[in-house]
Amino acid sequence: MDLTANALNADEFRRLNRREQWVQMNFLVPCLLFLVLFFFVPLAMFLSNAFFDPGFTLEHFEKAFTRPLYMKTLVKTLKLSLTTTIVCVILAYPVAFVITHTSGKVKTAILILVLIPFWTNILVRMFAWLAILGRNGVINSNLIAIGAIDEPISLLYNYFAVVLGMTHYMLPFMILPIYSVMAAIPANLTDAAANLGATPFRAFLRVFLPLSLPGVGAGCLLVFILSLGFFITPALMGGAKDTMFAQIIEIQINQMLNWGFAAALSTILLVLTIILYLIYDRLLGVDRIYGKEGH
Amino acid sequence: MGVSETRLGARVELDGLCKYYGDFVAADAVSLDIQAGEFMTFLGPSGSGKSTTLMMIAGFTIPSAGDVRLDGSSIISQPVHTRNVGMVFQNYALFPHLSVERNVAFPLEMRKVPRNEIAERVKRALELVRLDGFAERRPKQLSGGQQQRVALARAMVFEPPVLLLDEPLGALDAKLREEMKFELKQLHHKVGATILFVTHDQEEALTLSDRIAVFNGGRLAQVGSPDALYNAPENRFVADFIGETNLLEGKVDAVRDGSCRVTIEGVGAMTGNLRDGFEKPTNTATYTLRLENVLLENEADGADNVFDGTIEEFLFVGNARKYLIRLSPNLTITARVSTQRQSNGLNPGTNIRVGWNTADMLLVDAK
Repeated sequence: MDLTANALNADEFRRLNRREQWVQMNFLVPCLLFLVLFFFVPLAMFLSNAFFDPGFTLEHFEKAFTRPLYMKTLVKTLKLSLTTTIVCVILAYPVAFVITHTSGKVKTAILILVLIPFWTNILVRMFAWLAILGRNGVINSNLIAIGAIDEPISLLYNYFAVVLGMTHYMLPFMILPIYSVMAAIPANLTDAAANLGATPFRAFLRVFLPLSLPGVGAGCLLVFILSLGFFITPALMGGAKDTMFAQIIEIQINQMLNWGFAAALSTILLVLTIILYLIYDRLLGVDRIYGKEGH
Repeated sequence: MGVSETRLGARVELDGLCKYYGDFVAADAVSLDIQAGEFMTFLGPSGSGKSTTLMMIAGFTIPSAGDVRLDGSSIISQPVHTRNVGMVFQNYALFPHLSVERNVAFPLEMRKVPRNEIAERVKRALELVRLDGFAERRPKQLSGGQQQRVALARAMVFEPPVLLLDEPLGALDAKLREEMKFELKQLHHKVGATILFVTHDQEEALTLSDRIAVFNGGRLAQVGSPDALYNAPENRFVADFIGETNLLEGKVDAVRDGSCRVTIEGVGAMTGNLRDGFEKPTNTATYTLRLENVLLENEADGADNVFDGTIEEFLFVGNARKYLIRLSPNLTITARVSTQRQSNGLNPGTNIRVGWNTADMLLVDAK
């Protein structure tokens, strides 16, 4: 008798739970609808150009994979993304460390310094670099004025300038995830390490650093993936040699009007990004970025 | 005293330790001589300076003045990591990314102990806290009580002469806390280290300690054995803070050799004792009267001070009953009567005789 009553109750509970979940899922509808209508459908329509031109074909992919220019550009893009990511980590980690270990006005001040560029339009920031690095820019005119050089040196339109501009743009994307993970590390862990006999450096190496790595991983993933599809900085600050994958896609669309080929290149970049994301998830677990505990 | 045969403990001397934060005095001239192997508790309300004092011993807080000596030599200028003082933090501060085994091995690795010896000592430490078999677990996979024991093992594995415990039982539920009290006491006997234990829980302090240092407002209010603090509080703060008590304040009528006659308005005249070392009251005197020393009905008959009262409220607390008794419109006192002494409870509204003896009325404040 009791058993039947419990069984009925359990069923009832399950039904109520399902209903609650269903009600909650409805909150997603407006956003989902927006994304499907204005993002997924256009994206699918565009990417389908790669396969149907007008009948089913793989010739665009064949071209992309066999002509050396495209694969070389892809490798170059990967290299630039990697360089940017590495430079960003090296610069960002100490900044995040300092933000974590200061408080009050100093902390706020540093955070604002990180965020102001983050909120500034990218074109404004790139043109600022042009003004600084250009032939008649701040650096060249000053160097000439003090007599260090006679002729302006070319600081722009090369690989260095691209890495500089990219790093400048990407830094907040590296600093903020690292900081958010560092801020969640209990301060007394480092104290405990010291109490147990660890010098400050060893306490950092054995306790703080390993615990901050999920933030570093998150920052790297973010910066690397953003860099892969980056367009404006290489276009404005790079030379002809520094043409990146996204620029080639743009050329195919705007100048060649070859939508089919552009779609094929876009598909390659998208698939590559997804693969990288999955590798990261396998190795480190993406949910650690959002603060879930991985086992 | 809990000194074991191995005698690992060190004598700890605090010499006029002070800590100021601007105008705020966190610790004011704290001086204590703690014997090797002693279980000493720092007891006090939050903000009383007990934790600050502990942090100065560990080296996390730099004192404004004073000295800390271990076995006679000053450690005040040593950085935290060379002090060789074990500590269990309030929330254990276990390293979440390391297994239980690696957590406990940490202090030994820092001291460059050979690998096979580390394995051996970690194993022994985990056995000591009854956690063998949990070596591979991560701290998050353990219960609160188990985490607590890992923290203890980690703080003891390098055999520090002094162990600092910062409210280690605070995060545990009541039942577990009782068990851990026994374990702590046993561990203390086994390892023999000097233990400095910080708590705001007077019951923990009374059950665990050899001696208790009561802190109030950055100063030491009284230092003594649990028995002395409970039965012979030296001031109003200690009397009120340790155990439950009635504080009675009255006008002084007459002072004789061993006692003092005071009148409480609306209740009447009574005699309380006069203790050595207290200034003789001339105006008002404050007395402490423990709950269990308040006698009711028949028991009150032979007492030195007897009054009429009315039961206002009663609480059943398992082994005893607590009564709130009104003596006058302005004064109620609380009595605790064990259920053995009196099996039937008295109902609210009952008029009863209430009494207590002069010897139980201890002077704690005089003006």
